[in-house]
Amino acid sequence: MGILEVKGINKRFGGLQALGDVNLSVEENTVHAIIGPNGAGKSTLLNVLVGKLIPDSGSVMFDGQSVLGRKPHEINQMGISRVFQTPEIFTDLTVFENVMIPCFAKRDGAFRMHAVESIFAEKGIRAQAEEMLADVNMLEKRDMVTSSLSRGDKRRLEMAMCLVQDPKLLLLDEPTAGMARADTENTIALLKEIRAKRGITMAIIEHDMNVVFSLAERITVLAQGTPLVEDTPENIKGHPKVREAYLGEAQV
Amino acid sequence: MLGLEKKDFRLLLIVIGLTLFAPIILNPFPAGSEMAQFNAGYPDLMQRFVIFGIFAIGFNILFGLTGYLSFGHAAFLGVGSYSAVWMFKLLSMNVLPAIILSVIIAGLFSFVIGYISLRRSGIYFSILTLAFAQMSFALAYSVLTPITGGETGLQLALDDPRILGAAQTASGNIPVPALFGLEMRASYEMTVGAWAFTFNVGYYLAALIMVLSFYMAIRIFRSPFGLMLRAIKSNQTRMSYTGLNSRPYTLAAFVISGMYAGLAGGLMASMDPLAGAERMQWTASGEVVLMTILGGAGTLIGPVLGAGMIKYFENIFSKINSQVLHEWFGFLPDGLENFVVTIIYPFVGKGWHLTLGIVFMLVVIFLPGGLVQGGQKIAAALRRKKTDDANPGATKPAE
Repeated sequence: MGILEVKGINKRFGGLQALGDVNLSVEENTVHAIIGPNGAGKSTLLNVLVGKLIPDSGSVMFDGQSVLGRKPHEINQMGISRVFQTPEIFTDLTVFENVMIPCFAKRDGAFRMHAVESIFAEKGIRAQAEEMLADVNMLEKRDMVTSSLSRGDKRRLEMAMCLVQDPKLLLLDEPTAGMARADTENTIALLKEIRAKRGITMAIIEHDMNVVFSLAERITVLAQGTPLVEDTPENIKGHPKVREAYLGEAQV
Repeated sequence: MLGLEKKDFRLLLIVIGLTLFAPIILNPFPAGSEMAQFNAGYPDLMQRFVIFGIFAIGFNILFGLTGYLSFGHAAFLGVGSYSAVWMFKLLSMNVLPAIILSVIIAGLFSFVIGYISLRRSGIYFSILTLAFAQMSFALAYSVLTPITGGETGLQLALDDPRILGAAQTASGNIPVPALFGLEMRASYEMTVGAWAFTFNVGYYLAALIMVLSFYMAIRIFRSPFGLMLRAIKSNQTRMSYTGLNSRPYTLAAFVISGMYAGLAGGLMASMDPLAGAERMQWTASGEVVLMTILGGAGTLIGPVLGAGMIKYFENIFSKINSQVLHEWFGFLPDGLENFVVTIIYPFVGKGWHLTLGIVFMLVVIFLPGGLVQGGQKIAAALRRKKTDDANPGATKPAE
């Protein structure tokens, strides 16, 4: 029984069957990649997992509880954090404030009327945020407004904002999409480091085979909204069905 | 100090100093001199400065922090005024219960309007608030006449019950609002040489409440709650994927700013015990938006500055008529004098809106951060000059 159990998910957009009978099981403490050609339904599946889309049928269980019908903030409070294709951070705030916000969300829940205490007096939260920034080597940039950060730093910050909540599952939506070679390598290194240090369960949706094969421990291949196979990276590489559906076109 | 950072505490001290000495600071010209018409240190105007300051401080908590632009905040101000006048009619002429009730009623009212309007964001939110405010205005103006006094407004009368006080004074007049016997209109005049200063009870009460409101606003700005509100303005997507529910945060901000507006309305009625529907009209809602943007939305002191500037224009700048202009330019040859007066005339007196509009345009284009940003730019330039003066021999490093 995995920490995330997806069973028989169907989702139609008008005449298009975006997801057809998708089953997926993400084991605790693994990095699970979901790959597939464009239009395979990867993003639709991710949006179902975070509560942005509601499937027509099927079930999604996380940590023994159903996530269907819950709002994104409720799903996050259950322990699922999400990293976006283009980093979603608080652009008008400083790096430090960006990291403090998820700390408050973790401690105080979805809403708390703490309008009188000063954020300067929140010693515990500040220490936690500082530690996290030191962890991703961004402590010296703590007072910078995030809109002036480089793309790589924005990605790093977003990752820090997710990690500081100590999620049970980290969802990554094409974390290296549109990145230069060097940035991609940096991101892979960062993810490997996080994996080694924290042992976090991750589900990655990715297009870049280099990223997938250097990180994933399990791979699910989606094609036209249905899972083709699920296996280890070694077996996926040689799988004839996968070559036919996906890898052939990617020239691996 | 008082739970504030050093910088914020200094700002609070400056505000306290300015409000305390406002009757002197705003009257820089000797009474009777030609420039005396630019003196703003008379009670009526000073009261308006601080009351609209409160209104703008509250509005800024919603608009400056969350970015939700309400176009209906005057409704809460109006509701506050009506509540206060009803307290004067039914209970007593003491301003304290009147002000408390106006805050509570405005809070309830803004909870209902906010709950519905905040289902939408952006322009739809603005339109919803505008619609609610115009509805309130129309109701107050016509249907609800028994409660609001309709066109004439809500006024005190000699036959009001006033169960905790006298319905009439000994001489048969309507009593005036007071704080435990201290009449709001009571003033102390002080003459120093050619200068005359007026210290008014109503002003100092309103000023004290403004300082408290300002202090509370600083606390809110620097609290985790304030941080969440700024996060909402910055990125709602990340907000919800961080496990935070933005709806109750925005609603709380809306209600707080509605209560500030109610407080301003209650004070307004305490200074002059009548309330009219025009206080709820959309122009009044627009005015507080202008004040906040002019001073600097999202800054602490900006809204107060904006409120002061607009009220100064409205009351002082509008007094310059053609006669005054002719006096000023009397030294010029006749033809030239008339020419100059003709050019300037549309911008002053009744045309003060035109000048204000131009100032507003210039601020929005060149100083998007409002007057506060202008001040910061000047301060930065001075500091640079100072360091240059301090070490004139130092060569600047290449950048």
